[in-house]
Formats: sequence, structure tokens, C-alpha cells
Amino acid sequence: MEINNRDNNRPHYINPYLGGVLLGLLVIITVYITGRGLGASGAVKSAVVTTAEAITPAHAESNPYMSKFTGGDHSPMYNWLVFESLGIFFGGLLSGILFGRLKKIRIEKSPKITNKTRLIAALTGGILFGIGSQFGRGCSSGAALSGSSTFSLGGVIVMLVLFGTGYAIAWMFKKLWI
Amino acid sequence: MGPLIPNGVITGDWDFVIALIIGIIFGFLLESSGFSSSRNIVGVFYGYNFVVLRVFFTAVIVAMVGLLYFDYFGWLDLDKIFILPTYLTPMIVGSVIMGFGFVLGGFCPGTSYTAIAIGKLDALVFTVGLFIGIFIFSETFPLFQDFYYSGYLGNVTLTDVTGIPAAWFAFAFTIIALASFWITMVIEKRVRKNITEYKF
Repeated sequence: MEINNRDNNRPHYINPYLGGVLLGLLVIITVYITGRGLGASGAVKSAVVTTAEAITPAHAESNPYMSKFTGGDHSPMYNWLVFESLGIFFGGLLSGILFGRLKKIRIEKSPKITNKTRLIAALTGGILFGIGSQFGRGCSSGAALSGSSTFSLGGVIVMLVLFGTGYAIAWMFKKLWI
Repeated sequence: MGPLIPNGVITGDWDFVIALIIGIIFGFLLESSGFSSSRNIVGVFYGYNFVVLRVFFTAVIVAMVGLLYFDYFGWLDLDKIFILPTYLTPMIVGSVIMGFGFVLGGFCPGTSYTAIAIGKLDALVFTVGLFIGIFIFSETFPLFQDFYYSGYLGNVTLTDVTGIPAAWFAFAFTIIALASFWITMVIEKRVRKNITEYKF
């Protein structure tokens, strides 16, 4: 028998198909207004370049990857994706408040592992994802979602390989989650 | 006639306000769908929670069909929009690495921002990892610079490469999505029989 999920312990989420429809509409609107899709990893890249510029400007200028984004009359943080990503944070905050998920600082993990293990995995995962996103020219939002929606070959490739890899290797890390 | 900003219908000064608003809506949709929880996200790989697949596939088919209709009605010039460029080999390699990062970290950049917003420390650590990873990439860039630019096919669409009109891809993707919705519903029911907690 199906247990009603809306008891006090289980968080309330909107219907995923509704979320998907609204997200699809958002992609359409975004492309219609800006000519580009959504994104997320680009903001972190801007943060890296900005930090490097602030601490060691000469080094940032001479770095062949970062130098593409340095210089000019305004900070690398003054770009579309940074403001959009700020918005993602605030949108998440708004939703969290509305649905009662804004709580004290916590770590989410399987009960089978320690907090330390989870944080090490999160850090490692982030580092890998950061590296991968540069080769991939985007992450799941920019490359996979927006890229596929606009029929980009690269976008579809990223989507298939990213999730395909996830499926192929998930069994190795099952203990982190359940 | 869209796209509005590149066509000058909306001036560039509004750029960042629009970016912020779009981001807020994006973040709200992600969080309210359950993407602020790493255990919800990775559920797609273990079969106990397919929210990622449902939201993602629905969004793609809605966007694909919507963009085609916008083009058909003459509201949007699909030739003027940004198409993510294809660098075949580095993108495949990058996606494999991202796949590992996804399963280990339980997040991707966008979802980690929403999770930070509601207090998830593991999301914050993940984002710090993103920062470090991109920094490492930048510093070691000269070692694989040629590889990074290899396999360049241009800003090609599926139609450019196959000659098949975009509408057929939208159609095929819709069928695949609908089939996967049904199959994953069956899988989810079966997997959830054996565990007590599956929505976080």
C-alpha cells in the first residue's frame, strides 16, 4: 500500500513533471530573450579568474586559459552567468523558505558513512566536476540541458556521456547514498 | 522578433536584471522539485528516486518543441541563437569526469547553489571543490591545451550533422522520454519496496 508522503517527516516537493514543464518554459523564455540558454558552472569560472586576478594579476594575465577572461574595464564577475547564478541561490532560498526546508546547517549522506567521508566525497566530486566542466564547455545546466534543448550536438553528447558514466560507475559509490 | 537582446529589442542595460530574475526562477524550480538534496539527485542512478530524469527530460522536450514552435511562428530566429560548440573528444572526456564528480559529490553546480541556500554543508564543500577544480584546470592548462581544442566540429546542431530536421529529433526524444517515464515508474516502485527512505 502506498504511504502518503506528506507526513511531517517527508519534505514536500512539487510534481516533477510540472517542474519539468516550467523549467522547459524557462529555457524557451531565456533563449527568446537572451539568445542563449541557462548555465551555472561559468559563474565559478568567473570567480576563479577574479580571485586569481586579485591575488596575482600578472600570473592570471599570463595563464593561457584565464587570460581569455581577464583585462578589460570591468571585473570578470560582471557577467550574465554570475548574476544568473546569484539568482539561482536566491531562488533556492525562496523556495526553501516557502516549503520549510531552510534549516540549520547540516550534512546530507547515507547513514552508513561518517560526515567526514561525505565531505571528502563532496570535495572530490566538486573538484572532478569542476575539471570536467571545463573540458565539457559546461555542466548539466549549460551543456546538457540548454545544449540539448537547442539541438546542439555537443549538448546531447554531454548529456548522454555524463549520465551514462554516472550509471556505469554508481555501483562503486552506493554506500555514500543508501 | 527574438532573440530580443541580440536583436536590440531590449537594451543591454537590462541584461543583468533579466539574468537575476531568470536565475531566481531557475533556482526556485530546482529547489522546489527536490534538487537541493544530494540523495534525491543520485536516486536516479540507484533507482529509488527518478526526479532528475522526470524534470530533465520533461524540460528538454518542452523546450525543444517550444523553440521549434517559436521559430515556426516567426517569433524567434533559431539561426541567431547560441549553439554550444562541439569539441568531440574533450567533451566526452570532460563528461566522463563530470559523471564521477556527479556520483561522488551528489550535485552539479546549479543544484549545489540551491542546496547551499537551504543550509547544506556538503553542497558548500562541493562548490568549493568546483572552485578548486577549475583552478587546477587553469593552472595545468598548458599541458593539455591542444587536447582541449581538439575534435572541433563547430557550433553544430544535430540537424547540421545528420541532415535530419530538428522536429524529428524533438519527436524521437519525446517518445524516448515518455517511454522512460513509464519504465522508471515501474523500476522505482520495485526498488522502493526494499527501502524505507527514498525522498529526502
